[in-house]
Amino acid sequence: MVRAAPEWDSSVMTPPDPVVQVRDLHKSYGTVDAVRGVSFSITAGETFALLGPNGAGKSTTIEILEGYRDRTSGEVSVLGADPRHGGLEWKARLGIVLQTSGESGNVTVTEQLRHFAGFYPHPRDVDEVIDAAGLREKATTRISKLSGGQRRRVDVALGIIGRPEMLFLDEPTTGFDPEARHKFWDLIRGLKAEGTTILLTTHYLDEAAQLGDRAGIIAGGQLIDIGAIDEIGGAEARVPLVRWRDRNGILREERTRAPARLVADLVESTNGNEPDDLEVIRPSLEDVYLSLVRRSEADSAEGDAAASSDSSRVATSLLADRDVPA
Amino acid sequence: MSATTTAARTPTKPPGTLVLGLSRIGYETRLYFRSPDTVFFTFLFPFIMLGIFTAALGGGGNLGVNADGTGGVSVGAYYLPGMLAAGMLLSGVQNLAVDIAGEKSDGTLKRLGGTPLSPLGYFIGKIGQVFVTAILQAGLLLLVARFALGIDLPTSGDKWLVFAWVFLLGVITSAFVGIALSAVPRSGKSANAVVIPIVLILQFISGVYLQFGVLPDWMQNLASVFPLKWMAQGMRSVFLPENFAAAEQNGVWDLPWVAAALGIWLVVGLVLSLVTFRWIRRDA
Repeated sequence: MVRAAPEWDSSVMTPPDPVVQVRDLHKSYGTVDAVRGVSFSITAGETFALLGPNGAGKSTTIEILEGYRDRTSGEVSVLGADPRHGGLEWKARLGIVLQTSGESGNVTVTEQLRHFAGFYPHPRDVDEVIDAAGLREKATTRISKLSGGQRRRVDVALGIIGRPEMLFLDEPTTGFDPEARHKFWDLIRGLKAEGTTILLTTHYLDEAAQLGDRAGIIAGGQLIDIGAIDEIGGAEARVPLVRWRDRNGILREERTRAPARLVADLVESTNGNEPDDLEVIRPSLEDVYLSLVRRSEADSAEGDAAASSDSSRVATSLLADRDVPA
Repeated sequence: MSATTTAARTPTKPPGTLVLGLSRIGYETRLYFRSPDTVFFTFLFPFIMLGIFTAALGGGGNLGVNADGTGGVSVGAYYLPGMLAAGMLLSGVQNLAVDIAGEKSDGTLKRLGGTPLSPLGYFIGKIGQVFVTAILQAGLLLLVARFALGIDLPTSGDKWLVFAWVFLLGVITSAFVGIALSAVPRSGKSANAVVIPIVLILQFISGVYLQFGVLPDWMQNLASVFPLKWMAQGMRSVFLPENFAAAEQNGVWDLPWVAAALGIWLVVGLVLSLVTFRWIRRDA
């Protein structure tokens, strides 16, 4: 992975402080505890994906970091400042793409970007951002006349126009078609290459896998796992699965760290016959995510009937099913 | 800070509040004229009302004629000062209260709150927009009055000086009252329902649609609590002949009271604006 991790000369400089530092963050709304003791940090140039089901506390956490919400307790630092007291100069170093937007939009894409560019000390070139966001053909169209996905691209463009050091992306690609999503990924890779630190929330696990360096999975207001994108969930959760139909037509599957050997043995044991419906599956981030979230839900349901209904509700992968204690 | 970020981005202060505020004025004014509802209900409304009064009551002859048949002014001339005052109120109070309540609920303010734009820069943009549109509105009203309705305008510099300060003070007061009032509606959708009745009732009791002199005392006293009555009175002192002063509450134009009442409302509006304005509810 090409990632412009910030370099420093350890002989003369101490390692940089994390751009984002969250320690034991709590947030309650009345009697509801939305966030219950979340801790993580993001280093400069890193893309951190915060994943979790709806209502898990992702947006509350990100809005506390952006300075929109007060926290109940815990320590938070973003770019060296407490977001509660972040001034204008602090805001000038942030880029924020909120989860929702619904402005009346009586301005054109270009007008809006030019206007917002004027807020920042070192804005990006408006035309470059329009091209990067794939909005060239809509540059002189009023935002109110754009489709949902196109409006979302304007949101992203407004988030990066100020050349942020720290970019918050709260479900940025909702409503994008697949091509737009791939273009967006290219755009974010460009920002990463420039050293931008990014906090991303998304429901698209492939997106998190494509863009993220590390991920944290949040469920029920708590961080249930955190780690590098290709390590999260632990090695056990990433053991490949081999699936085939045996001579009696029964679907068989087996998890093994040596799938090629298993397949070779299979072929040998059937005298060189090709096994039917053979698949070798490497668990994707989505598989790992689902198994983690469902294990957490099952734990919190604590053995009551809810556990089994939960697992059937989200069952999309056989592999993940196997991890759930039935 | 890491070496890469410092090299790429020399830390510099974001543009100043005044610079951003001025850039907001152009942006806000453009948005104002692109919104047909706003243009109709705040910009054109006084023109329409002036036209209706002139057409409906114009046949009844002049108003305020002396016993000997001299003096008096046309219906259009009588209503012109009230329409100028109504325009100031609409451009400030109605426009900003509805506009800002809408921006609060549609996410505009939340987005701006995440940028280096300060609330003061935002206020400058809104108040500047109010001034630009109010000046255009008043200028057009005076042109229509002079050239379409044939109304004689004052010729003395003193009168225009009074016009200038009443207009400036009235518009800025209206703007702050509008910002303060924008905190009241619970959503952008309910803003019109909250704001328009307030503004409409004020226009009826403050001598804009009905001749102030014929209103009952209690209604005149009630109107005196609010700024519109004083804006209309100040404007009448500019555009109506001296003998009309007798129809005012105290039989005189009371310009010092006009200044005092508007000044008090300016301070009240300013303080409430600063106290109630939030990009979003932080504790939500």
